[in-house]
Amino acid sequence: MTWLTWRQSRAQIIAAAAALAVIAIILALTGPHLASLYDTSGVATCQAHDNCDTVVSTFLNELSKGTVVLYFTGIVVVVLIPALIGVFWGAPLVTREIEARTLPLAWNQTVTRTRWMAVKLGLGALTAMATAGLLSLMLTWWSGPLDSAAALGTSKLGLSRLGPVLFAARGITPVGYAAFAFVLGVIAGVLIGRTISAMATTLAGFAVIQVAWANWIRPHLIAPVHAIAALNPANIYLVRVKDNQMLISATPSSGQQGAWVLSSQITDNAGRPFHGAPPAGCPVNLHQCAAGIGSLHLRQLIIYQPASRYWTLQWYETAIFLAAAVALAGFCAWRVRHLAD
Amino acid sequence: MNAVLEARGVGKRYRQRWALNDCTLSIPAGRVVGLVGPNGAGKTTLLSLAAGMLRPTTGSIEVLGARPASSRAQLARVGFVAQDTPVYAGLSVADHLKLGAEMNPGWDAALASGRIAHLALDRRQRAGKLSGGQRAQLALTLAMAKRPDLLLLDEPVASLDPMARREFLESLREYIAGRPVSVVLSSHLVSDLERVCDYLIVLVASRVQVAGEVSRLLATHRQLTGAGPDLSLEDLVLAYMRQATTPGRQPVQEEYR
Repeated sequence: MTWLTWRQSRAQIIAAAAALAVIAIILALTGPHLASLYDTSGVATCQAHDNCDTVVSTFLNELSKGTVVLYFTGIVVVVLIPALIGVFWGAPLVTREIEARTLPLAWNQTVTRTRWMAVKLGLGALTAMATAGLLSLMLTWWSGPLDSAAALGTSKLGLSRLGPVLFAARGITPVGYAAFAFVLGVIAGVLIGRTISAMATTLAGFAVIQVAWANWIRPHLIAPVHAIAALNPANIYLVRVKDNQMLISATPSSGQQGAWVLSSQITDNAGRPFHGAPPAGCPVNLHQCAAGIGSLHLRQLIIYQPASRYWTLQWYETAIFLAAAVALAGFCAWRVRHLAD
Repeated sequence: MNAVLEARGVGKRYRQRWALNDCTLSIPAGRVVGLVGPNGAGKTTLLSLAAGMLRPTTGSIEVLGARPASSRAQLARVGFVAQDTPVYAGLSVADHLKLGAEMNPGWDAALASGRIAHLALDRRQRAGKLSGGQRAQLALTLAMAKRPDLLLLDEPVASLDPMARREFLESLREYIAGRPVSVVLSSHLVSDLERVCDYLIVLVASRVQVAGEVSRLLATHRQLTGAGPDLSLEDLVLAYMRQATTPGRQPVQEEYR
């Protein structure tokens, strides 16, 4: 059974290996230069010198356009690869055999249907995990300098390592997604029976799961930290006045560098959300306004996932997706016994 | 009970439509059984149930004393060539032999290679590029070389030209000769079955109209109807199928010419 599965997926595996090799060569050729730029830029030590904004911005300006394009392309590729694996490897795995009417041939060998499905799922999932894992590993390494710079100060890239996009494109999470998306594709094929419909369903289903997960589940995977601190007027970047109410927007204080800020709220002294009347001068006379705000003794309530939880969250999320993949695979092996019934 | 296939009140329903309904039949061991009947009689469904591709909605079916495809041992004992003789279009002839060898512990490599050589098939040829007759022969080789006790063939020659049809049935006859294997072969072409079968089952609308040894059936029919010695199996089958059809409905004779 292993041989047949290998023979049937050989072309895909070779294509994936070739694509990974090409990507590896491109990254190996450009990566060291990027790393040396980073080393000489002083970004690594900017916090000690308290000059992150200028150093990071200098570093980013030194990058070639190609590097920036490669950086963002890399993010898109790693985010999309699990979905593509689900659509192009998972969904057709069984439907191809249904459509070519080869199931009676496969199922009349001395191999039970459950084993047939288990080997196909197992080998496919391992290939999917290896592909996504290697890709993520290479790009995590290559993008390291840029990711670090982005995490520091007010970055022009605007990406946090823990944020919805970058978290799914780095580290080990793509391994979990790839296994899950692959099995999702297979089960869609088993339940629907037609390749094109199964592909569309897999794509839609996985996209919904990823978006919903990043926005509503990941933030609460570990209870986020609530921090209240005095509002530092230097962090205020926007003051709006509407109907004699003042709304202040401020960046989180520097203690949460690289954190994933889920919400930031300005409160009064007692911790209630602040909707008070603006002090004199706001928002026209900036100087007078800032002084007025300072005399209000406002506080800032920040709800966030600290940067230190990065790997804990990565492991949690990967483990959850792998467990979901195993559960779906079990359902799939059970369901295939009724296939064609 | 010396039966290779025992069906008791077997029914198979697809949504609203019954493909097979309350079918009861017994197929004796050691025979080459021809299963004939009009389209829609339930032949394909019955063979798919026997091979374990489908599971019955009602009733029970036992093949070689066990539920079809219920275990590896059971799978090893039954060879099945489904309708349209499926093979993997993208795999070569050699790949198919390797597949058979990898997936069947009882694989007879000598038999498989011998047949491929005898048929003059190019081992490197992709199965998708084979002619209909060659594809059917390849599918038959896979089913034979696992050395089953029972060989189920569902309309294997239906789509073949007369030449390929004759060669296929010749292969089958050579294989059967001297082997303790039971065969069930469905067809709606009685003349094909005449060449290889020694036992006949006529199935019309899930019901067995007649079952028995070909030579005895012919003799009995001659006696009953006073037909001459040139009475063919085809005449006999047609007579039984006419009997089965309700008055006012003409049997579709064209198909059996």
